[in-house]
Amino acid sequence: MIDTVALSCQELVELVTDYLEGALEAGDLRRFEEHIAGCGGCTRYLEQLRATIRITGTITTDDLSPEAERTLLAAFGDWARR
Amino acid sequence: MEQRDSELVAALRAGDEAAFARIVREWHPSLLRVAQIFVPSRAIAEEVVQETWLRVLGALERFEGRSSLKTWVFRILVNTAKTRAQREGRVLPFSALNDPGRIPEAAVDPDRFRPEDDERFPGHWSSPPRELPEERLLAAETRRHIAAAIDALPATQAAVIRLRDIDGWTAEEVRNALDITDVNQRVLLHRARAKVRQALEDYLAPEGKAS
Repeated sequence: MIDTVALSCQELVELVTDYLEGALEAGDLRRFEEHIAGCGGCTRYLEQLRATIRITGTITTDDLSPEAERTLLAAFGDWARR
Repeated sequence: MEQRDSELVAALRAGDEAAFARIVREWHPSLLRVAQIFVPSRAIAEEVVQETWLRVLGALERFEGRSSLKTWVFRILVNTAKTRAQREGRVLPFSALNDPGRIPEAAVDPDRFRPEDDERFPGHWSSPPRELPEERLLAAETRRHIAAAIDALPATQAAVIRLRDIDGWTAEEVRNALDITDVNQRVLLHRARAKVRQALEDYLAPEGKAS
């Protein structure tokens, strides 16, 4: 990509993860920030991505079943007494 | 080895059942997700996790602490799952894990942007993200939708978003545990997050309704 060409919105949304991971090289980072500063749609997209990450972090799922846990603890007991 | 890690290993070696029960419970959802990359069903993934812990116990005396205990356990899981997948005659999704970029996938539906031959603003939003009602973001029902969206992801993407955004692992920990490159870790995370964001928008601000 030539350094002076501005990003389109369609290109920017594909760079959001690299941006959040700090993985953009200097030229892309500058274009990213310049675009975001003047684009309401992309600003909202970035905000929603951040909200997604925040909410995902609050999920709890997939507990170990009691019988699987009993099996493993019994195996651990046998192992510890070996 | 980190201080906490060496204490944990010492506790396990001393037969501390509470310490074992804690990591077995705490790491279970992530172990299950990662196993599901390789084996075809949740039930088999559960068996792989069980087998992994038995192998971990069998090898614990020989654990040298060159990686963290967690990374080591996940490596054993991946090997166990791969062996099991071979036994099941399953073609392993190596490319899904090691070369996800080969199949292009857009973060946002291309129809939401102006076409490339648009005279004034090619590639700019024609249908920008719809506003999400802030007060509903953290509702239990919203979280259930997000959990369902993660369940619907391809197994590799579900595993990476689980480890990064639910368990709070670093990119490096995920790379080491799954033995994938930095770039592929990011590609998988990017695709997972993009789909979950879309699911959030579809649920909280469905198309065709004023926001």
